Amino acid sequence: MPTGKKKRKKSLRGMDNSLLEEAVGIADNRGRVVVVVEDCVETSGAFVLHHFLKRSLHPDSSDVVVFIAFAHPFSHYDRILRKMGCNLTVQRKNQRFLFLDMLTLECPDRNEREAREDGLLALYGEIEKAVEIYSSLEGSRTITIMIDDVSLMEVAANGSSNHVLDFLHYCYSLKEKYGCSFVTLNHEDIYSSANTLPLILQPEYLADVIIKAEPLATGLASDVHGQLTVLNKGSACDLGGSSSKVRNFHFRVKENNVDYFYPGTRT
Amino acid sequence: MASSRPRTSSFSRNISSAATSQIPGVKLGPNGTSFLSSGIPDLDQILGGGFTLGSLVMIMEDPEAPHHMLLLRNFMSQGLMHKQPLLYASPERDPRGFLGTLPSPMASKEGKSHEQPADQDTNLRIAWQYKKYFGEQNSEVQRGGKAEYCNDFDLRKPLERHFYSGQRVDCISLRDSPNLEPLLERCSTFSAQISKSDGNITCAGRIAIQSLCSPQCDFSDKDWDMLSFIRSLKGMVRSSGAVAVISFPPSLVSPTFVKRWLHLADTLISVKAIPDEDKELAKLLTGYQDMLGLLSVHKVARINTQVPAILEATTFSMKLRKRRALVLECLNQAPVDGSSGSSYGTSGSCSGSSKTGNHDF
Repeated sequence: MPTGKKKRKKSLRGMDNSLLEEAVGIADNRGRVVVVVEDCVETSGAFVLHHFLKRSLHPDSSDVVVFIAFAHPFSHYDRILRKMGCNLTVQRKNQRFLFLDMLTLECPDRNEREAREDGLLALYGEIEKAVEIYSSLEGSRTITIMIDDVSLMEVAANGSSNHVLDFLHYCYSLKEKYGCSFVTLNHEDIYSSANTLPLILQPEYLADVIIKAEPLATGLASDVHGQLTVLNKGSACDLGGSSSKVRNFHFRVKENNVDYFYPGTRT
Repeated sequence: MASSRPRTSSFSRNISSAATSQIPGVKLGPNGTSFLSSGIPDLDQILGGGFTLGSLVMIMEDPEAPHHMLLLRNFMSQGLMHKQPLLYASPERDPRGFLGTLPSPMASKEGKSHEQPADQDTNLRIAWQYKKYFGEQNSEVQRGGKAEYCNDFDLRKPLERHFYSGQRVDCISLRDSPNLEPLLERCSTFSAQISKSDGNITCAGRIAIQSLCSPQCDFSDKDWDMLSFIRSLKGMVRSSGAVAVISFPPSLVSPTFVKRWLHLADTLISVKAIPDEDKELAKLLTGYQDMLGLLSVHKVARINTQVPAILEATTFSMKLRKRRALVLECLNQAPVDGSSGSSYGTSGSCSGSSKTGNHDF
């Protein structure tokens, strides 16, 4: 355990440091990263999303989160994040957290065929407007855009993965313009056939960090909930040796935080 | 809610929760969720209390056996016991015929032959913090026939007519409509009627859809329509006080879409019949003769929490007690000669789970 390094980062960020933080390594270059989280039926990767949400809304920073929810309503996230020590309701009032509830928003215009594109276009317009407003408030803050289930966005668009891809590309363009970060969650095991693959491969290609949550090969256990594989592509300014790192470790999800540890280091 | 009761000390337990539990057939669970009974006492116990209110339960059918109907029947029968509004959709021409097949509850005395409450008090010492979870269950059982959270059902005795003649039971046939619009409309009116008024659940509802993608339905080839229907249903159920159970044959959903279906489910259960004369399986499992089939729990609803539910066993055998009541039992694997210690990878075995328990100390 590199304890010295750990301590330094702790003071830098004011947050408990973990293997995940270390592997992702965003603490150094302050945002502007694209993170893709992938999970499967057996192991949910939603906790990684919660982690990034808490991290961005930390009281020390002034970052803003735009959260696009397809999977769960606000009450679900509010309750989880409150247990982790972060009050979303308060953050919403403080203009640091914008929650776009897509569970209900796209339901009414499901019938019309033309509305499919309009729904996503309207959503992008909403995001862009919010990002514009937030970035005009102060120069230094990072805006993180989170999507909690890309596959459900595809369902909402009635199967036109091209529209979803377009949407994602538009969103990525905000990265250059406003310096936004992206965290998206998708289910890897859905995409097996060739015509659906672009939706998982293209975001992976554009991502800086890929985090995969998988079950253990040996089956479920009560004290190890699964393993995370973190692929950090590293930025161009990094030294050659440190770029593109793959880390692999186990995790155990608890109500208020997540334990990360290397295989076999748990007694 | 709580404002009506003056709270004398800051340490008093929040009583508002007790008020919501007055709804018949709803039990409070952790993280501000509530449970509905599945109609099978053992399944309730396995899932930690029952189906979570506002969740979508999916049952993967065995294409060769109607075991999923057992679950659906018990689920709906339990709803009738609690006088909850029901919605049932099936690909049959006459979906109302389903009501005639519902099992009737056993007389409470003979049904409780396994003496659950007495057992728990004597054999098990529960830490006081957790007592509230068990206490509720006990009190509910002891209150007598009517208020029972979960009944035992006699599968051989059909439910008497007066149970469902006076109640709100909507039945829809999936066969005649070319798309899912009518069903979605019915579901949305149904959930709107029972939806939470200003945050409080006034009444719990049950939606059961049998064999959603069966080939009798005209829409069975429209994969995206079915997916978006499930997604909309999930959204509806989540915002109202209802539980939706969908059973579907996974082999008939096109292979690229099955995973999407599984991801949409909050709780995922599969049932499987066991072949009559499987000599190898009979050697492996004790009590093979009494088994009706196997039930596996793949996913348990995780609402308002990020901690995954890790069950001690995921596969259970479905048996009939006294040829009447459906019970679920942990699989007991008969010892295999020559390799006594190698039951590590079998998650379903009881011996395996007790072994790992020893490592905790």
